[in-house]
Amino acid sequence: MSVKKDIRVGKFDRDTKEHSYQKDLSKISPSDRKNLLETGVDVSERGRSGTFIQQDHTVIHAKSLQKGLEVMNISEALKKYSWLKEYWWKAVSKDSDEYTTLADKDSRNGYFIRVQRGVKADYPIQSCLFLKKENLLQNVHNIIIAEENSRLNIITGCTTASYVKKGAHVGISEFYIKKGATVKFTMIHNWAEEVVVRPRSKAIVEKGGMFLSNYVCLKPVHSLQMYPTATLVGEGATARFNSILYAHPGSHIDVGSRVILSSPNTKAEIISRAVANGGTIVARGHLKGEAPSVKAHLECRGLILSPNAVIHAIPELEGKNKDLDMSHEAAVGKIAKEEIEYLMTRGLNFEEAQAIIVRGFMDTTILGLPQELQKNIDDLVKSCQEEAM
Amino acid sequence: MLSIENLHVEVSGPPAPDGGGRAGKKILSGLNLEIEKGKTSVMFGQNGSGKTSLVMAIMGFPEYKITKGKIIFNGKVINKLSIDERARAGIGMLFQRPPIVRGVKMKQIIEVTKKQFHPPRRSPSASLASLRSGSRGERRVEAGKKFDLEKMAEKLAMKEFLDRDLNLGFSGGEMKRSELLQLAAQSPDLLLLDEPESGVDLENIVLIGEVVNNMLDKNKSALIITHTGHILDYVNATRGCVLANRKVQCVGDPHDILNRIREHGYQGCIKCHRKKPENAMES
Repeated sequence: MSVKKDIRVGKFDRDTKEHSYQKDLSKISPSDRKNLLETGVDVSERGRSGTFIQQDHTVIHAKSLQKGLEVMNISEALKKYSWLKEYWWKAVSKDSDEYTTLADKDSRNGYFIRVQRGVKADYPIQSCLFLKKENLLQNVHNIIIAEENSRLNIITGCTTASYVKKGAHVGISEFYIKKGATVKFTMIHNWAEEVVVRPRSKAIVEKGGMFLSNYVCLKPVHSLQMYPTATLVGEGATARFNSILYAHPGSHIDVGSRVILSSPNTKAEIISRAVANGGTIVARGHLKGEAPSVKAHLECRGLILSPNAVIHAIPELEGKNKDLDMSHEAAVGKIAKEEIEYLMTRGLNFEEAQAIIVRGFMDTTILGLPQELQKNIDDLVKSCQEEAM
Repeated sequence: MLSIENLHVEVSGPPAPDGGGRAGKKILSGLNLEIEKGKTSVMFGQNGSGKTSLVMAIMGFPEYKITKGKIIFNGKVINKLSIDERARAGIGMLFQRPPIVRGVKMKQIIEVTKKQFHPPRRSPSASLASLRSGSRGERRVEAGKKFDLEKMAEKLAMKEFLDRDLNLGFSGGEMKRSELLQLAAQSPDLLLLDEPESGVDLENIVLIGEVVNNMLDKNKSALIITHTGHILDYVNATRGCVLANRKVQCVGDPHDILNRIREHGYQGCIKCHRKKPENAMES
């Protein structure tokens, strides 16, 4: 299945008014706060190590709460650090497609997050890219650097104001994970029915480094296409991708995860859970083993809940070395009747039994999130299900 | 509590080669069974005799189609009720081989079960409440209040399983203990136990027998399906019967029946029934 007929970036507005910088997060309006909270951004900043919020094209807040950790507007970081040019378009190639080309010519801010050598930022940095203007094309370029033996935890949400129906988001993200460093990156997408989304993310992981990526998309979206890729360039590096996807009627979600294991003893795991209720999900996965003693596994499970929904699972294994251990399992289908009937013997009716099984299927505990955020996402799972029923 | 009259059950087979519907296989024909309030009955039968099918038909699994006869529970015909309606009316079942439900934690299902059976206020399924006498309904609510998950999980050595996916990677004994824990939350009037001792070691049989005995009182009844009869040593069963030739036969003292089966095998039961079919239903 090909990528859905691609969007014409020209039909979206490129310019909008600037918003003012919000030094005091408590001044953010209650309705915006609610949107932010759904994507993991808590204005109280309890249990966070930093905050970044960009509304439309304006960075309205950027701050680090930990020494050795920087959270900045990327445009300012580029002015401040001349060496940053070395990282600019190094992981992602600027002529990959029309979106990267657009971002190269004219990108509007984004975040720069860097953790210094040996610093462990275990509390998450919270970030949100917030679309407030109708029909705007928001495009950002983010750079994340974890220096040697550091740890970084990022929760990033993308959302729209409740009244926004239409818009576009193009996001370039480049991750540089140096020797022995770990980056855990959790992305929560809460878009609207007419929003098109084209993130372009690449991670380069050095020796002994680790990249853990979680992706959650449970709300309607018009069209979403992405294929984040991690390249394990150093010996013993690890990458893990988890995705939980739910396609509502009219949503077209084409999401993959790719790991290129180009160094010996590297490991990768890709896990996805896709639920299609009226919409279409193309669940891709690609493991490319290029070096000896690599170990990788890909698991994709899809649940189809309605007659007109589509799930197309495309798991790919590509081996370029004789000393590899790569495997995949994929399963697509409806809920097993025995499971529903089993729960019915405990007094649940058909709909209740089905609901609890679907919620269980979208098992958010695989993401290893902080309890409070886990609860937010569980509530989202519940509400998207209630809407569907 | 439960009376079954002239029951005929067919199980849907694979679709016919011409694609024209599913062929029905006759499993039970003309089965009669009576289970009194406060009594525990044991049903013997060789593999494939239809014991599990009977339990599935009582519980209301749509694949086990009742083509003739009646199942009467607490004075009402329940043939047309769905599985969950029968569960809410007070029938509970222990599965011989429960399915794995990925992502659904054991604790979660027990909590939902508890809520289903012991709602804080009036039950939304008022029509089903009529199946229970007022006092019985109230008593079940009482029993639910008494259900202490922590304590019961401890007793069944299931505490560390509460946060695990239902039945995923459970051993034979663990599955049965998990089933019992769920049943305890449900506190049914009629327990249907399908081979509670199969795939279980001795230590677990003792525990299972003890917990089953504790769940039963003068108002509750049980039907225990067994192939080997081991469970008889651990539960106080007052009646026994044999399922053979698609019917219940040889109703009587469970220990006598087990001894006869040990002596003559199930073949003996089948022959005995063929000789004297007119006596078969008498107890």
